[in-house]
Amino acid sequence: MNDLMSVVDWSRAQFALTAMYHWLFVPLTIGLSLIVAIMETIYVRTGDAKWKGITKFWMTLFGINFACGVATGIILEFEFGTNWSNYSWFVGDIFGAPLAIEGLLAFFMEATFVAVMFFGWKKVSKGFHLASTWLTALGVSLSALWILIANAWMQNPVGMRFDPSQMRNVMDNFWEVAFNAVAMNKFFHAVTSGWVLAAVFVVGVSSWLLWRKSNVEAAKKSMKVASWVGLAGAVLVAWTGDGSAVEVARVQPMKLAAMEGLYNGSRGQSLVALGVVNADKRPGDTQPEMHFSIDIPYGLSILATHDPNAFVPGINDLIDGIEINAAGDTVNTVSYAERIVLGKKAQDALRAYGEAEKTGDAEAMAAAQAVIDANFKYFGYGYLSSPEDAVPDVPLTFYSFRIMVMTGGYLLLLFVVLLFVSYRKTSVLEKGWLHWVGILSIPVVWICSQAGWIVAEAGRQPWVIQDVLPTGAAISDIPAGSVATTFWIFAVLFTLLLFAEISIMLRFISKSTGSDIEAAK
Amino acid sequence: MSIKDSAYKVWRFYADGFRGMTVGRSLWILILAKLAIFFLILKLFFFPDLLERDYDNDADRAQAVRENLTR
Repeated sequence: MNDLMSVVDWSRAQFALTAMYHWLFVPLTIGLSLIVAIMETIYVRTGDAKWKGITKFWMTLFGINFACGVATGIILEFEFGTNWSNYSWFVGDIFGAPLAIEGLLAFFMEATFVAVMFFGWKKVSKGFHLASTWLTALGVSLSALWILIANAWMQNPVGMRFDPSQMRNVMDNFWEVAFNAVAMNKFFHAVTSGWVLAAVFVVGVSSWLLWRKSNVEAAKKSMKVASWVGLAGAVLVAWTGDGSAVEVARVQPMKLAAMEGLYNGSRGQSLVALGVVNADKRPGDTQPEMHFSIDIPYGLSILATHDPNAFVPGINDLIDGIEINAAGDTVNTVSYAERIVLGKKAQDALRAYGEAEKTGDAEAMAAAQAVIDANFKYFGYGYLSSPEDAVPDVPLTFYSFRIMVMTGGYLLLLFVVLLFVSYRKTSVLEKGWLHWVGILSIPVVWICSQAGWIVAEAGRQPWVIQDVLPTGAAISDIPAGSVATTFWIFAVLFTLLLFAEISIMLRFISKSTGSDIEAAK
Repeated sequence: MSIKDSAYKVWRFYADGFRGMTVGRSLWILILAKLAIFFLILKLFFFPDLLERDYDNDADRAQAVRENLTR
């Protein structure tokens, strides 16, 4: 069992490492493709060759990031087959179909339009080139759509039916999977967060050019475009984040409770703006939830339901079976202790189904199938030893959420200030302190972006598929040592890749500080 | 225009593009090295698809997963 636990821990650490490295590249590709498309549109509309030079400069940085990031997601698929074989079989078509569409779409769109973007400046018309740039931007976002649909299904498994004979989930409603409310919010939240990330990247690099007093006009023009994209992105991120909070309250209330460190819910529940969570607190004990907190009255009720007086359940309430339903009403559902019993019942029935299938006993198979169908909703709870096992890491989820919100709020403010000085106080754009604010904001936006994924993924633990399959049951029975070995291989490989990207980018930017970005070639 | 001419044009488009690259050349080396490491080393030696490798058909794979999930 100890070895098995190590396999779970190493497999989780490896997946987290590779997913987080992958997500260093992806949002920049999404956002920078949009910014480049806007810059090229300005060039085509104005005919001003300076904009062509600016477009080509950022397009090259897009290309460097694209090249470093491409195929880093493939590693996650390798891990499914080796470390997560139970999971990858169990999810069946639901994961396979969106990923297959993503692979095909990404390959054809990227192979065609990215090539025209980079090779087609002197080969195709201005209009066709511009269309290719926009289609590249659209293509990278659509690639993200399919992977996020697959991820959202794990958070809110809809449109599927479990087939005990195949031991897989079979998709019986593609549209329900594709238009899962969690998926839609997640998609727009992730894509618009990419706009913010790329906008900060452009602001940061432009600030560096301004600080070096190199290509000043190009840097100022770039900063202006990036600030508009960043502001639009930040507003949309906040809006879609609000939508995500409502969905989390509906389908993953335990995650919301962990995000708030909330154990005992109430009507008109306040939101912790700043606080120190009591990491020693456990469900059912009498310890305080927080060591210290500054609260926003009614904040959590508004965030979760848009009703300031609504009840928001805490961890203890959820364990007792108290939730809010789709209409926002408080309902007493099945307690977690009962869910564990029902989950074990479903598992026993699945075992009996397998035995009956071996002997060809159709009647026993039908009886077992009926029990599975009736209790499948709680199938995953059968793996838990106690209701407390269904609680995620509260401090990690709590602090990650606050880091995401606070850094996101800072970036929104940054774009407002940059737009103000770009139009009204242009002399401030020459100030060294502003340049350093821009440069130092680059790591901040990546921290914000990664913190968002930690909230989404650590906050849904212990589930790999919400309520149906816990992470501990999803893994393969393989030696922990082999997963640990590949963990370190990836750690070294991806770090080298990251250094390669940063070094190629810095070399390119440094070279550009000595030349004229605006001189279109 | 014949299919042959069109194919030649597409070929020229990519060939000229690759030939004219500056930063892109080192990027292509990076991409190819990365793909080689991923598929020829990691996938082949470290990341077998366990169920594909260990079982001959889907019925056996389903049975293995059932046993894993119900033991």
